Amino acid sequence: MLDETLVPTSVRLRDEIEGAGINEVLAQLDEDLIGLKPVKTRIREIASLLLIERVRQKMGLLGDTPTLHMSFTGNPGTGKTTVALRMASILHKLGFVRRGHLVSVTRDDLVGQYIGHTAPKTKEILKKAMGGVLFIDEAYYLYRPENERDYGQEAIEILLQVMETQRDDLVVILAGYGDRMEKFFTSNPGFRSRIAHHVDFPDYEEKELGDIAELMLKQQNYQFSEGARRAFDEYIHLRKQQPLFSNARSIRNALDRARLRQANRLVADLDRELTATDIMTLEESDIRASRVFSKTES
Amino acid sequence: MRITQGAFSFLPDLTDDQIAAQVQYCLEKGWAVNLEYTDDPHPRNTYWEMWGLPMFDLKDAAGVLLELKECRKHFGDRYIRLSAFDASHGWESVRLSFIVNRPANEPGFKLQRTEMEGRHVQYTTVPYSADKPEGQRYK
Repeated sequence: MLDETLVPTSVRLRDEIEGAGINEVLAQLDEDLIGLKPVKTRIREIASLLLIERVRQKMGLLGDTPTLHMSFTGNPGTGKTTVALRMASILHKLGFVRRGHLVSVTRDDLVGQYIGHTAPKTKEILKKAMGGVLFIDEAYYLYRPENERDYGQEAIEILLQVMETQRDDLVVILAGYGDRMEKFFTSNPGFRSRIAHHVDFPDYEEKELGDIAELMLKQQNYQFSEGARRAFDEYIHLRKQQPLFSNARSIRNALDRARLRQANRLVADLDRELTATDIMTLEESDIRASRVFSKTES
Repeated sequence: MRITQGAFSFLPDLTDDQIAAQVQYCLEKGWAVNLEYTDDPHPRNTYWEMWGLPMFDLKDAAGVLLELKECRKHFGDRYIRLSAFDASHGWESVRLSFIVNRPANEPGFKLQRTEMEGRHVQYTTVPYSADKPEGQRYK
């Protein structure tokens, strides 16, 4: 029987939200991550569900611990890892994981190289992730149907078992590119049924990529000159049509190269008096020197 | 006779929740936790068999409890000890060690007196269980 005196008869959700401090996490998510509308909506939905679940537990309306394992699908550089990190902190604030750390692994960390190597390796990672979130990037590499003796299967079995029996102790997030994850789930139905939330990460719009670039620069105390921003928008447009475009990651790399060129340009003129603004600003020429522009002209 | 070695050994056996709380304390201090087992509880037998490797970089006690359950499944009829190692000095040193599993029946120790020259007596403690080979002592 429940102890009547301890169970609140009514709760105010506002107090609950403020008590847990989720709003700050969600607000930060909005602020730090540009675009990703559907993802943010899904995360809000999940957060609401968890909040209600928590209130239910408080009121003594016991049910099973909800399944919290998730899959994040999307193209490279769409922010899956970043969102996973936020997810860990949301889950922690709501009390669904005890520590709120994120352990990020790939196939190499889980699958061994010889017989008897895989189980201890997978278990060690699982132990490290206990109380937090285990993030498996490019999860489909775990399953290699072309090699029936592949040790990945063993890791999958251990994972599935822990995902089922220790739902209170850890949350597993599988991530990868959409189509390959789909294939992975089809061949491993056990995973699909154990995963409650499928979140799809869309590609960024060109405008969003531009904003992301500005945000990245701001975080590193850089800025675009006006011409540079225009040039960079053009750069994004051209770069997107080229192969191997990986969204925010490509943007980051482009900015790194632009910084290199800016440094080169500054060093070329040693006698010039530099102000802080000079050192902070990326000029149009730093962007225009990119290979992406030269290719279109030739 | 109840074996008393390590911390908490004069208390009733710790429950799993209490063990988890102790482990969490150790992990928060940054200590590595290790499980060992033996069926030779002689006080001079300091080196017990290791159950896997010491667990480094854990954040939560659930991982240790997982191993403890596994260890009990295999060696539930023996003594299992949990030790926590602190490496902050540059070497691993034991900070906390306590028994987390013991056989259902502990026969204790026999005191052997050997008469030496003159009226000199040499004393030896021998576990009653040690007559049998390793692995069959607490069946």
